[in-house]
Amino acid sequence: MDWTYWLFLLLKMVIVLGWALLMVPLLIYMERKVLADFQARIGPNRVGPVGILQPIADGIKLLLKEDLLPAKADKYVHFLAPLVAVVPAFLALSVVPFGPITHKETGTGYFVTHVNVGLLFILGLGSLNVYAITLAGWASNNKYSLMGGIRSSAQMISYELSMGLALIPVLMIAGSLDLVRIVENLGVAKGEGLSRLLLTVPLTISFVIYCICGVAETNRAPFDFPEAESELVAGFHTEYSSMRFALFFLSEYVNMITVCALATTLFLGGWKFPFVPETGPFPLLVFLAKVMIGLYGYMWMRATWPRLRYDRLMKLGWTRLLPIALANIILTGILMIAFQ
Amino acid sequence: MNMGPQHPSTHGVLRVMLTVDGEWIRAADPDLGYLHRSFEKMAELRTYVNYLPLTDRWDYLDAMGNNLVYAETVEKLMDLEVPPRAHYLRMIVCELNRIASHLVFIGTFGLDVGANTPFMYCFRDRERILDLFEAICGARLTYSYMRIGGVACDAPDGWLEQVRDFCDYLPPKLEELDDLLTGNQIFVVRTRNIGVITPEQAIEWGLSGPMLRGSGVKWDVRKEYPYALYSEVEFDVPVGTRGDAYDRYCVRRREIDESLKIIRQCLDKIPEGDVMAKVPKIIRPKAGEVYHSVETPRGELGLYMVSDGSDKPYRMKIRRPSFVNLSIFPELVRDWKVADVVVILGSIDIVMGEVDG
Amino acid sequence: MPEYLRPYLPIFVFFLLVFGFGAVNLLLSWMLGPKKPNPKKLSPYECGITPIGDARHRYPIRFYIIAMLFILFDIEAIFLYPWAVYYKQLGLYGLVEMLIFLGILLLGYVYLWKRGAFEWE
Repeated sequence: MDWTYWLFLLLKMVIVLGWALLMVPLLIYMERKVLADFQARIGPNRVGPVGILQPIADGIKLLLKEDLLPAKADKYVHFLAPLVAVVPAFLALSVVPFGPITHKETGTGYFVTHVNVGLLFILGLGSLNVYAITLAGWASNNKYSLMGGIRSSAQMISYELSMGLALIPVLMIAGSLDLVRIVENLGVAKGEGLSRLLLTVPLTISFVIYCICGVAETNRAPFDFPEAESELVAGFHTEYSSMRFALFFLSEYVNMITVCALATTLFLGGWKFPFVPETGPFPLLVFLAKVMIGLYGYMWMRATWPRLRYDRLMKLGWTRLLPIALANIILTGILMIAFQ
Repeated sequence: MNMGPQHPSTHGVLRVMLTVDGEWIRAADPDLGYLHRSFEKMAELRTYVNYLPLTDRWDYLDAMGNNLVYAETVEKLMDLEVPPRAHYLRMIVCELNRIASHLVFIGTFGLDVGANTPFMYCFRDRERILDLFEAICGARLTYSYMRIGGVACDAPDGWLEQVRDFCDYLPPKLEELDDLLTGNQIFVVRTRNIGVITPEQAIEWGLSGPMLRGSGVKWDVRKEYPYALYSEVEFDVPVGTRGDAYDRYCVRRREIDESLKIIRQCLDKIPEGDVMAKVPKIIRPKAGEVYHSVETPRGELGLYMVSDGSDKPYRMKIRRPSFVNLSIFPELVRDWKVADVVVILGSIDIVMGEVDG
Repeated sequence: MPEYLRPYLPIFVFFLLVFGFGAVNLLLSWMLGPKKPNPKKLSPYECGITPIGDARHRYPIRFYIIAMLFILFDIEAIFLYPWAVYYKQLGLYGLVEMLIFLGILLLGYVYLWKRGAFEWE
């Protein structure tokens, strides 16, 4: 553990942070262009070539806007809520494995740090998001915000259980909570052809449940109840302006990246792809490509589907996804025993 | 809690005061008048001819229908015979306008339930209709196309063919909309059994248009009291079965098909000839009173006009369908959730210009 | 520092980095933005009307029971995690044991469903 190790680590942190900060404007731009494409429009095309600088201009504009604190709002909580949103969002990226371990002896690789319970860590951080929204809704002293905040907690208790249970088959097969080892263990091992093939059935079910819950976790269409612009004006961030709003926006997109990164890690084989070497920039590129596919799915859903009512999600979570997830665990267990 | 006047889903400046219990609505109290412009009083101060442009502003999504009811009422008062070509032109533009209005409804209703894309598609297709209107009368929203005794001008060369092209253009686009909304599971879940109106209720509250037909009452002014030449064309009156928001949506959606049918028949039947009857320079109908109504996209738009023999109406009363249809709203939203309020309000399809008069 | 905590040190540094990033941004916008407050601007948004009353009042939460159930089931889900990780080693014994555990869980779940705990209209 000498100083080069720490320097290298710090460099990786800055790269990951910078990458996420670069991804967000890119995603906003991509989302607007993709939506425009779906809706027979052009989308942003004024700032910079083909409008690519639009999100940056928006960011600067938000930075220079008046920092409003509504009357009778809770000063400290109102200030704290965007931080509570943005910190866990970014923090989750620190354990995402963008690639394999490169140096066995020091344990470094394509990630900021390697934690043996990475999955739990990400899940824990993911559920912190609801605090930010509930706090923001409560602190604003606005009835629409309050409703948005309450909806957010209702949403959380609807999906999170199914999400947690949907991941269990992955753990059973991979036998680890370590994200790097999950990716490695989920690859087809020698002599396990048939059982692995059969196990894709429960894993696919898990994947579908995880996708539904992941969309709910990031408050995106069709589960964007806390915002629900046609019902609650802007929901929990009605009273937020300038950078305070921007941080909420930022955290939403970073959360999307995290959900897609986790889906890539757990279900899509992480940095691996047939015939692509696991050295140099290749693992990163493969990982990024897989994440982008997931993010495009987000945009696709937003362009296509209306919003559900929030008690329907609760019903969906408790009476559909939960029993399916439980049955899925049993199915995985039986399949694994039968083909051991 | 206040909802409106500045709210994304109150379709204008409607203000509803909601008494909420969590997300449950216990009482709703609409507060109207933010867009009141005293249309009825204004009629008493203007000559018959001068008032016509103001009719565009009642229900600005169906200006042609407003023109029509006003022109026909005055014609009825004067016992004026309108040339058939004018009748057919009126019917074509009215049905086109009905399609445009229903497209706006579908788009904004989609927005209310959180679907962004249908809105864009609807407005893209509505744009084609507005182009047609611009070609025939020069305006895109407030047309003032009709005159007492006919229409302002004949259709320009090739216009009728353009309308026919449009009739072929629209159906595939409507199928796209059906894919996005009508058959969408989430959309159906959001609108099925929401805001149910029984047929008895609908009649008691004096509802009309798709609000009434959504509840299964087959009643359409075009069929019951045919005006213009609607007795000469064939069309169905779509009705719903359950009277919920989804049925009201479906009725409007199917009315677009029927309107296309009517337009096609009108295009086949339209004769050559004048588009204006002989009308005196100063219109002074003989003293008397008359009620006339037409079917606009929102329902029965009625006009009750009293003439005292001068060049201005003595009194004019407008039966504004949006206003009447909105009256059931507090009844409908009780014990539903905030998320359903916007769906129910959207399914009533109000235009605030008409509600506030 | 114990060995097993070592991987978490970078996370802590990252936390400081991210927290600093957020705080600096908020501070920057507070410094750079104009400040011209007036009572109308600062009043909570209620569709352009002076708000009726305060938003801070008792808010009925219908899903309270489900929230409690959520905590119960979530704890039970956590029990499954270590079991799942060691499932391969446990083999048939683990399967049978978990079936019993899930069976009890399911019994409660079915009971709740039948009692209408998930209907909160």
